[in-house]
Amino acid sequence: MYRFWSIPRITRRAWKVWHRNLVVFFRTWKVNFFPPLIEAFLYLFAIGMGIGTYVKEIDGIPYVNFIAPAILAISVMNSAFFECTYGSYVRMYYQKSFDAMIATPLSIEDVIAGELLWGATRSVLYVIIMLPVLAAFGVISFPTYLLAIPLAFLGGLMFASIAMCFTAITPSIDTLNYPSFLLITPMALFSGTFFPLTLLPVLFQYIGLAFLPLTHLVAIMRMLTLPALTGLLVLHLIWIILVTAVFYIVAINLMRRRLIV
Amino acid sequence: MFYPLLTGTLDYCLPQVRDFYGNISNHWFIGGAQIQVIIEAQDLKKTFGDIIAVDSISFSVKKGEVFGFLGPNGAGKTSTMKIIACVSPRTSGAIRVFGMDPDNFPAEIKMRLGVVPQETNLDPDFTCYGNLFTYSRYFDIPPDIAHQRTQELLEFVQLQEKKDVAIEKLSGGMKRRLILARALVNNPDLLILDEPTIGLDPQARHLIWERLKLLQAQGNTIVLTTHYLDEAARLCDRLVIMDNGKILVEGSPVDLVKQYVGEEIVEVEKTEDVLSCLSGKNIPFEVIGEYVQIATGSSRDVVRTLFDHCSPHKVLTRPATLEDVFLKLTGRKLRE
Ligand SMILES: Nc1ncnc2c1ncn2[C@@H]1O[C@H](COP(=O)(O)OP(=O)(O)OP(=O)(O)O)[C@@H](O)[C@H]1O
Ligand SMILES: [Mg+2]
Repeated sequence: MYRFWSIPRITRRAWKVWHRNLVVFFRTWKVNFFPPLIEAFLYLFAIGMGIGTYVKEIDGIPYVNFIAPAILAISVMNSAFFECTYGSYVRMYYQKSFDAMIATPLSIEDVIAGELLWGATRSVLYVIIMLPVLAAFGVISFPTYLLAIPLAFLGGLMFASIAMCFTAITPSIDTLNYPSFLLITPMALFSGTFFPLTLLPVLFQYIGLAFLPLTHLVAIMRMLTLPALTGLLVLHLIWIILVTAVFYIVAINLMRRRLIV
Repeated sequence: MFYPLLTGTLDYCLPQVRDFYGNISNHWFIGGAQIQVIIEAQDLKKTFGDIIAVDSISFSVKKGEVFGFLGPNGAGKTSTMKIIACVSPRTSGAIRVFGMDPDNFPAEIKMRLGVVPQETNLDPDFTCYGNLFTYSRYFDIPPDIAHQRTQELLEFVQLQEKKDVAIEKLSGGMKRRLILARALVNNPDLLILDEPTIGLDPQARHLIWERLKLLQAQGNTIVLTTHYLDEAARLCDRLVIMDNGKILVEGSPVDLVKQYVGEEIVEVEKTEDVLSCLSGKNIPFEVIGEYVQIATGSSRDVVRTLFDHCSPHKVLTRPATLEDVFLKLTGRKLRE
């Protein structure tokens, strides 16, 4: 049995892989900056203004303000998850970039850690692009919403690590569709995003809190943007940190098993 | 820069250089001269499940030499290259590169290696220039030096006009040349070239040969694999021929030809007359398709005998080559 839990030895060279992806991202920045902007507008208009006309308030909070943190959290999830599934898979399998990198002083652990850091960074960049739009519509509160930026890194690292586990075991790029449709899409709907978790049957509430990473990210994000800070924030944060640590380690070990033969 | 999550582990600890037997220093003294051993492998083995890719091979490569690995498809050449290059762990046996164990000091070894992999893996997100420049970063080369070195290397492989061209717009041979340039960004002490000239036209191949000779003259050590036996004969100081994961023979190209085939080959069209006549004269020969091959130290004598006694149709004489050794040792059967 391979050691999925052994702590990988990572050096600061991981940032070189991160830097490589950053350079490529900014070279095509026009393409990359557009989607989060559009996404922010689309959600605000379609759901906020559309549904918001009928659902005026949830728990005394204007509906648009209620979903604004969810828009941010979903964006954190999507950008990191898709970067470290399809993006990383293409670099690993089609471009053979990882093979080229491990022929240099970089180790496979460095390479995967760099990819994960990059996935998290991509989440941060998306949030940074979306924040001004949401702020302009007055649906998030200054200055606590600025904390969404570091939170995006942590949440991004969590989803990047989960994504990389799928990338490490997927037989082909097509089978990456399964986690996207069976995990990411339902999670975007049922994690207290567009309606409160409390509307679900109690059992599902527990399941959501126990197993859906997005639930915790949305909860913290909402506390920051309303703002409505409570002690629960710490519990959500601990949950995210623990899950991130576990998947971060497992992702790197699984990738090592796949690529080092 | 910020490094909150990562801690450097091996970056700054210098490895202790130990030789194969664990003594500090990696020098051998042979006949009074100091010969530095760059690679030393003992009973090296690599398996993939049931497949034995490398089967207990031993070899050593000395500083400044061009060392070749030849062998049919699936012989285990690439597997061996990958072990040396610290990208694939061995199953058993011992290996030291620059006196260090790839299992323990991969980053330190790779810092001094230049690798041309069998499968082209240039980064399609970058131009030619971008590929070399980005690769330099992985070796901690400062940007200004990387920039200068990249320019030099593009000239070295005559791709300066393609500097800003995307990888996908290069021909196969240009990609191969760029990969060689990429292998040189860190001024390596040891080059590992897995079929460096695959798919190159004769001009490009000659260019690469010339470049490799130049690198050797500068003190580089080169390990290469190739299926072009003329190339191996021309470049290699020493080589091994592998088959089924084992090393069959080792030596210099000239010695191997002399030892296993002879000086010259006489080829004569196969006829009943020729066959019975050669058997009668006790001249050893080999039948290959429609031809009979006779390996000999003196083709003149053989040809004279043939014309005097065997009434041959077509006769051809040529010097024996590495290809004759290769085919003799590994057989003529096609590998799956
Ligand atoms: N990753 C792998 N998984 C399983 N088997 C492998 C793997 N890599 C190589 N092999 C097997 O190991 C053996 C040696 O392969 P290797 O690539 O070293 O041969 P080679 O001498 O480089 O051949 P070629 O001239 O075709 O490049 C082959 O039988 C091959 O099928
Ligand atoms: Mg090979």
